[in-house]
Amino acid sequence: MAAARRNPWVPVAGLAALAAWPLVEPALPASLQVGEPLTEVFIYAILALGLNVLTGFTGLLNLGVAAFAAIGAYAYSIATCEVYPFQLGFWPALAVTGAIGALAGFALGAPTLRVRGDYLAIVTLGFGEIVKDVLVNLDAITKGTQGINPLPPPSLLGTPLEARGQYWLYLGFVVATFVGVRALERSRVGRAWISIREDELASRAMGIRPDRAKMLAFATCAALAALSGALLVSRLSSSGEPSNYGFEVSIIALCIVIVGGIGSVRGTLLGAFVMVGMNSIVLVRLTEVLGSGAEGMAAAAPAADAGMLAHAWHFVRTWAHNVLLTPTNWKFLLFGLALVLMMVFRPQGILPPRAVHEDPPQPVPPGSEGVRA
Amino acid sequence: MLRAAAAADQLAILALARADSLPAFASDGVLSSSEVFSQQLVTGLSNGMIIALIAIGYTMVYGIVELINFAHGDLCMLGAFFALTAVGAFALEGAGGAGGTAGLVALLLATAAFCGALNWSINRLAYRPLRSASKLSLLVSAIGASFVLVNLGLFWGGLPMEVFAGGTSAAAPKAFPALVEPKPAFTVGDVIVSRPDVLVLAVTVPLMLALTWLVRFTKLGKAMRAVAQNPTAASLMGIDVERVIGATFFIGGALGGFATVVYSIYNQTVGFQMGYRMGMDAFIAAVLGGIGNLPGAVLGGLVIGVVRAMSDGYVEARWTNAIVFGLLILILVFRPSGLLGAKLREKV
Repeated sequence: MAAARRNPWVPVAGLAALAAWPLVEPALPASLQVGEPLTEVFIYAILALGLNVLTGFTGLLNLGVAAFAAIGAYAYSIATCEVYPFQLGFWPALAVTGAIGALAGFALGAPTLRVRGDYLAIVTLGFGEIVKDVLVNLDAITKGTQGINPLPPPSLLGTPLEARGQYWLYLGFVVATFVGVRALERSRVGRAWISIREDELASRAMGIRPDRAKMLAFATCAALAALSGALLVSRLSSSGEPSNYGFEVSIIALCIVIVGGIGSVRGTLLGAFVMVGMNSIVLVRLTEVLGSGAEGMAAAAPAADAGMLAHAWHFVRTWAHNVLLTPTNWKFLLFGLALVLMMVFRPQGILPPRAVHEDPPQPVPPGSEGVRA
Repeated sequence: MLRAAAAADQLAILALARADSLPAFASDGVLSSSEVFSQQLVTGLSNGMIIALIAIGYTMVYGIVELINFAHGDLCMLGAFFALTAVGAFALEGAGGAGGTAGLVALLLATAAFCGALNWSINRLAYRPLRSASKLSLLVSAIGASFVLVNLGLFWGGLPMEVFAGGTSAAAPKAFPALVEPKPAFTVGDVIVSRPDVLVLAVTVPLMLALTWLVRFTKLGKAMRAVAQNPTAASLMGIDVERVIGATFFIGGALGGFATVVYSIYNQTVGFQMGYRMGMDAFIAAVLGGIGNLPGAVLGGLVIGVVRAMSDGYVEARWTNAIVFGLLILILVFRPSGLLGAKLREKV
């Protein structure tokens, strides 16, 4: 890990490997073909990089980032789908989506500037629930659970892209977001964000206007989240149903940021690979392997008859058949255990940001500083 | 109709009530609209008392370790599964008279002990190693613990027991038997107070009184208040901080255990995803009242319960969640530390 931080060739090699993946993939056995889930990693990476601006840099905990993704997804869908009057192309629709996302960020950020710490977290969580419920209930516009479809595929220079082209395009978006967020981090506004996180009062004394900087952080986070939502639906050619943008998505995004190393752009990117990779690649593969094993066991097990032991065996076997032998039923257990273990053994994340000062960085939401020494 | 509207003015949220939905709701011609209002109020207050009991668990933990204990709602969910399993194993259903009452009391105590012990263990395994880490790490650990509990609930629901309908589907909601029959207990004017309503009061009010006594007048309560105020100073005064934190988790969990039994009897359904809704309502109630503040949690619970019931009755059930969250946001924007909460200190 320490070597990875110093060696400038590691990111270059990683990017090259990712870029070459679609060329190598067809030669690999089916169980190693992960191009499809990798595109999902890219989409989550953009969402998490946006969240890192708000929660990592600025220290404002957001538990409803999926709402911005939902706003982006539906804005893009309505802008492009043939049943609505706008019917924009891919790129103009993306621009519109980003602008709408930023506006949504302002809309949530402005009234909540005076809400602090954990209270802000609960407001953002409520915002996420409200957006989801409104999308479900306004089914005249959002088509409810049917979703808005079909949507035009992503295109470049007027040419619609198929799977491999989309992969590269989305990889390009991740790289652009990464570079952009890194540049922001070092810019005037980025340093303002970090100083607000460290000490709002001191940064105010230094001439920073915290309200303005926080609004910008909200808008940046929301625009990137909206972009990720638009990229998601454009790939699926459907907005999906509103429940796809629920609390779970917000939590996965937050976990990516925290597991990667809160406040660290590189860590967030790595976190997306770890978390989404575990969720969509490792668990899915495990499901397939265990699923075939389960069928064998169910067939081989003896039938139940009288006797305590046989009865108990039958009980356990039925239980296993009902629930235990379906590995997707283990998803939350593994996910939850990974989070707890990660926090217990490496709470600063895989790749923590370089310390601003001598102490290890402890990003605490402003206004709720700890009482223990 | 007019009377209902006049009463509605007292609750700002009812400004959202659609006038045309009122006659539709009272269309069976038996209830007048003021009776509908009162009946919804009774339901809302009962649910509110249950929510309040769960909210106390949130607010106690927050007061002492400044952690939003995300796993608390799912802890209550596991408590509901525990209770349902016990009902099946000891055939508590349909046992009337004194035996039935004794069984119900035993069920309440056992579930409370289960939830308390579980909450204590979660603190021990997932939160205690993180005392010196940042609070965000602690929050993520709580989210992880919540995921683990949800998954355990799914496994539990898959047990091939008869109370779980033979375990045909682990994820399906299970029917919880009406241990206290939903019959009218007495009427006030024309408003019916049912036997489950009485059960709710009989369980929640004494517990809240007992907790108030514990926090105000016992040595443990004094230690809890001291740790909440300043853990370092408390430990210098000879208080075993970790023991006090453990006790807080146990008590908060046990209250959740009582609440979840009453909740299951009142609402008659149990499922592995119920924890999210229970936890969210209670969490909102705690924040609404001012997190860390015990009377605030009770007030917040009552407000949430009543607003939910009114929204179900006068607006539309599908908008209830949005209305509850909207109300929460409005209150926090205009009163950022909750109804009864102390002002958060600015960092100096």
